[in-house]
Amino acid sequence: MRFFRIITISLMLCCLTLPACWPDRSWADIKYIDLTNPFLRKIPMAVPVFSATPTGQADDKLTIDIADKVSGLLEYTGYFKILDRGAFLHDPKSGNIAETNINFQNWTAVGAELLITGGVQFKSDELVLELRLFDTFKASLVVGKRYRGRLEDQRDMVRRFCTEVIKALTGNEGFFYSRIAFVSNGTGHKEIYFCEFDGSNANMITKKRSITSFPAWSLDGRYLAFTSFANGPAQIFVRDLKSGLEKKFNFKGAQIAPAWVPHRFELSTTLSIEGDQEIYLLTGGGKMIKRVTYSPGIDVDATWSPDGRKLAFVSKRAGTPQIYVQEMGSNRIQRLTFEGRYNTQPSWSPKGDKIAYSSMEEGQLNIYVIDIEGNHPIRLTYNQGDNEAPSWSPDGSLIAFRSTREGVSRIYVMTAYGTDQRRLLVLTGEQSHPRWSPNMLP
Amino acid sequence: MRKNNWLVIFLVLVIPAMLFSVSCAKKVVETAPAETAQPAETKPATDTTAADQAAAERARLEQERLSAEEAARQAMMAFSEEDVHFDFDSSALMPAAQDILVRKADYMRANTNITVTVEGHCDERGTEAYNMALGERRAQAAKEFLSNLGIGANRLGIISYGEERPVDPGKNEAAWAKNRRAHLVVD
Repeated sequence: MRFFRIITISLMLCCLTLPACWPDRSWADIKYIDLTNPFLRKIPMAVPVFSATPTGQADDKLTIDIADKVSGLLEYTGYFKILDRGAFLHDPKSGNIAETNINFQNWTAVGAELLITGGVQFKSDELVLELRLFDTFKASLVVGKRYRGRLEDQRDMVRRFCTEVIKALTGNEGFFYSRIAFVSNGTGHKEIYFCEFDGSNANMITKKRSITSFPAWSLDGRYLAFTSFANGPAQIFVRDLKSGLEKKFNFKGAQIAPAWVPHRFELSTTLSIEGDQEIYLLTGGGKMIKRVTYSPGIDVDATWSPDGRKLAFVSKRAGTPQIYVQEMGSNRIQRLTFEGRYNTQPSWSPKGDKIAYSSMEEGQLNIYVIDIEGNHPIRLTYNQGDNEAPSWSPDGSLIAFRSTREGVSRIYVMTAYGTDQRRLLVLTGEQSHPRWSPNMLP
Repeated sequence: MRKNNWLVIFLVLVIPAMLFSVSCAKKVVETAPAETAQPAETKPATDTTAADQAAAERARLEQERLSAEEAARQAMMAFSEEDVHFDFDSSALMPAAQDILVRKADYMRANTNITVTVEGHCDERGTEAYNMALGERRAQAAKEFLSNLGIGANRLGIISYGEERPVDPGKNEAAWAKNRRAHLVVD
């Protein structure tokens, strides 16, 4: 079984960029999606039912299913408006999936600016997918890929292709290889769960039968830190997700909200070993490196800039909880939030230019995004229960958060501009504290 | 005029006299049983048999023990059920909270064998990490107050549950006020 897996993966790794007769063009300098606000206008995209090769055994169900998987993943990004197939002037049985035999006017006529065609060949347990992205107005190929593997690998093939599409259109890696950690109390105890970026495949990860919370991913996705009351007061656990080994930290008092330092096996957390709640820097193994904050009152909720040079955190030093940014080298401190009397849960964007946070006004929590100079706070959620705990997708395009808009607390996802707010998943119990992982390539 | 004089005499002399006699009478009532009680109880001992006397004594002691136990239980209940409450986003001890802690300290002084864990709790509003820290500050504040009243720090542990363990699940100020608390648990 393992042998087959290796073969499949190696086959897929040598998936060919489509034949040489299609000139290899560089699309790197053309960005279809304006990232300054990509969600102002969704790009109309057509994903017709894919075509089965005449010699194969692929049936309609398979060709529709794979086309739906592609359009589903791409629609999830929020960049595209997937057009209704009912209006298409196209016959999937024709097998016209390549540049030379597509009538692009049929696609521009229905309003499609982008087109994805697919060829499905399924023969003796081997699946070959040929997927292409076209610019219909230029009548030209943007991305073309062929994948070979087993039937079970189709989601992975689709995921690889969609990553190529997003890379070609935006210039970044997207988030199709990321997961979301969150907390759920479905068993009667708060435990950590993982699911895919789109809410699928939810699994319980911890079994502490206690209060387990505050999941935090290391930048490489290998380590998960969290806190649990399994042995008395809240204690940090670091789990190596590769080996499954777990280490717990020993410090007097509560250990609150761990946050990994990017590119290092180090994390910050709030400890009260000297009485006051201060932020400390520790090794990933739980050894003290140094104290980071020095102010009477609570310092908590640390989040690191992507370069690891700055730390944003919540401090009550001015009387109300507000967000501050501290430079690690100089220890220069700048207050970031001035509006409102309760600003907490900062989350630094992967590009480093923004910080999302939650702010309480008249007893309601809502999510805001502010630039790192502390200018222009923009509110993203309105009048729908409490909205809190923002966490960015690895490409910075989406934000996962917790909301009580349907009564019980659940996880939701929206674009970084607050559009396309939707529920991530439905599970028994209440969910909270989403933490988006980095992309973890298989 | 004459009438008024009589009134003044009445007010000056008669009323204080009445007050005085009342307070004197009270004293008599208070002291009399204490003086007579002893002989009253010891007298029957000479009249009845020694066995009867022993049985009565045992019953009395048993009764006393039970009521002492009941009182101790009541005090213990009051100790563990009466919470110290806080304002929103605050770990400052208000006067009412201080009164409660003074009583807790009295109890701990009277029961030198117990050690206590102070739990710090928050209401559901606010965010989790901040509330975890705030809960710890509430527990610390209560512990420090008890220490200042002479309770040894080695008898006082603390733990913060943040907003994880509300006593009242309601979503109104009355429930939130109950949930913002320091709760003392005898270990």
